[in-house]
Amino acid sequence: MNQTVLWEETIQPGASWSHVLKRGTALRVTDLESGANVGGIFYNFECPTERYNMPDTLKAQHIARLTSGFVLYSDMGRILLSVTADTVGWHDPIGGTSNRTLVEAKYGPSSYQKDRNDYHKNGRDSFLVELGKWGLGPRDLVANVNLFSRVDVSDDGTMSFAPGNSKAGDSIDLRAEMNVLVILNTCQHPLDPNPKYQPKPAQVSIRQVATPAMDDLCRVSRPENGRGFTLTERYFM
Amino acid sequence: MSSTIATGKNLVESKLRVDAAIYRHVVNAGAPWIYEIKQGQYFRIVDLHGNQAVDTLFYNAHDYSDRYSAQDTIQHQRNIYLTTGTKLMSTAGTVLLTIVADTCGRHDTLGGACANESNMVRYAIEKRHMHACRSSFLKAVTEWDHGMSKRDIASNINFFMNVPVTPEGKLTFEDGISDPGKYVEMRAETDVLALISNCPQLNNPCNAYNPTPVEVMIWAAEP
Repeated sequence: MNQTVLWEETIQPGASWSHVLKRGTALRVTDLESGANVGGIFYNFECPTERYNMPDTLKAQHIARLTSGFVLYSDMGRILLSVTADTVGWHDPIGGTSNRTLVEAKYGPSSYQKDRNDYHKNGRDSFLVELGKWGLGPRDLVANVNLFSRVDVSDDGTMSFAPGNSKAGDSIDLRAEMNVLVILNTCQHPLDPNPKYQPKPAQVSIRQVATPAMDDLCRVSRPENGRGFTLTERYFM
Repeated sequence: MSSTIATGKNLVESKLRVDAAIYRHVVNAGAPWIYEIKQGQYFRIVDLHGNQAVDTLFYNAHDYSDRYSAQDTIQHQRNIYLTTGTKLMSTAGTVLLTIVADTCGRHDTLGGACANESNMVRYAIEKRHMHACRSSFLKAVTEWDHGMSKRDIASNINFFMNVPVTPEGKLTFEDGISDPGKYVEMRAETDVLALISNCPQLNNPCNAYNPTPVEVMIWAAEP
């Protein structure tokens, strides 16, 4: 497989990032220091009303976590991204993102005036600002994923954040099956019990990758995903 | 809460009398329903025949871009199940409604709504033609004619559906825990637009393979 790194960049702690990830390339996200949280939402760049759909992703694969072999579905029955490699084993698709109220209640007041570029960022505002750069807004904001974080659910439905889920150097590979508008930020997970504002950096790198083969891990992991690949490939015919 | 009587852990019956409702409407199997509920009003959904999934979305009636958020709702209460006491949160942090009575005990908000396209992935490409919730949602918001469109269709609530998550991170679809006559009741905490698709799914047991009507009722706000 051609794994040429085209380019790479560090997303600073609490920062936002966006890119149109082309079909035929993959995004590797790496937790540089351990304990990173990378919030992400994903759109079909050609028609952004087609977007990542949490329930379709969960119910097509009967999962409440993401790892290699699983895929991220749009609301139109197509696969936006495939998880082709993962050294973590669990990424959170249900916990959501933080907002201004939560961040101020948890970490106290903060402003650019006082803290310069270390001012406290929250997930919702970060997503909205980055979406705004592409002409999108609150109506386009949907359920997000949290790379490197894990939320456990007990029998009675209680959700708990699992500390120490990812180590320094852990990474996940997301292969674009369409031309995908990727919106990311490194804000802390909303359920992270850490009382301090301490977001972590992450590295993103873009690689050229081969077209998924007929025996591709994600394609054959479930019959549902085989049909998802068929519907995605038909979109490009 | 003055309008409720505790009957169990999550099971709470309402004191409101059906003959005092100011609005009653039967939503047929496979039909949509869209309606404004005013702040303080009580809104009940009755599973008339049992085991019927009621796919539901709510919007802030003054700003439809501020809408029900499944993730914010479960994150806020740190629990994936909706029942008595659950505050239904919006994307902007508004409390849209609070569940004040529930004779079923558990409702889902991770399983989403069926669509022609998700049915093709989940069951067979030949299932494209089968009626699905997201088509009902689209029809209803288009006819509502306030500029709403597919962009406004987000992840919904499935009242009367049981979708547990296991410790291994699996999502399972369990048999319904609802019976004929079970209901869930909410108080609107602000003016909201309610959107229902009474689920037509025939490919899995979420409607016991026999979609049936449900009834919606509204009571006036307490003076």
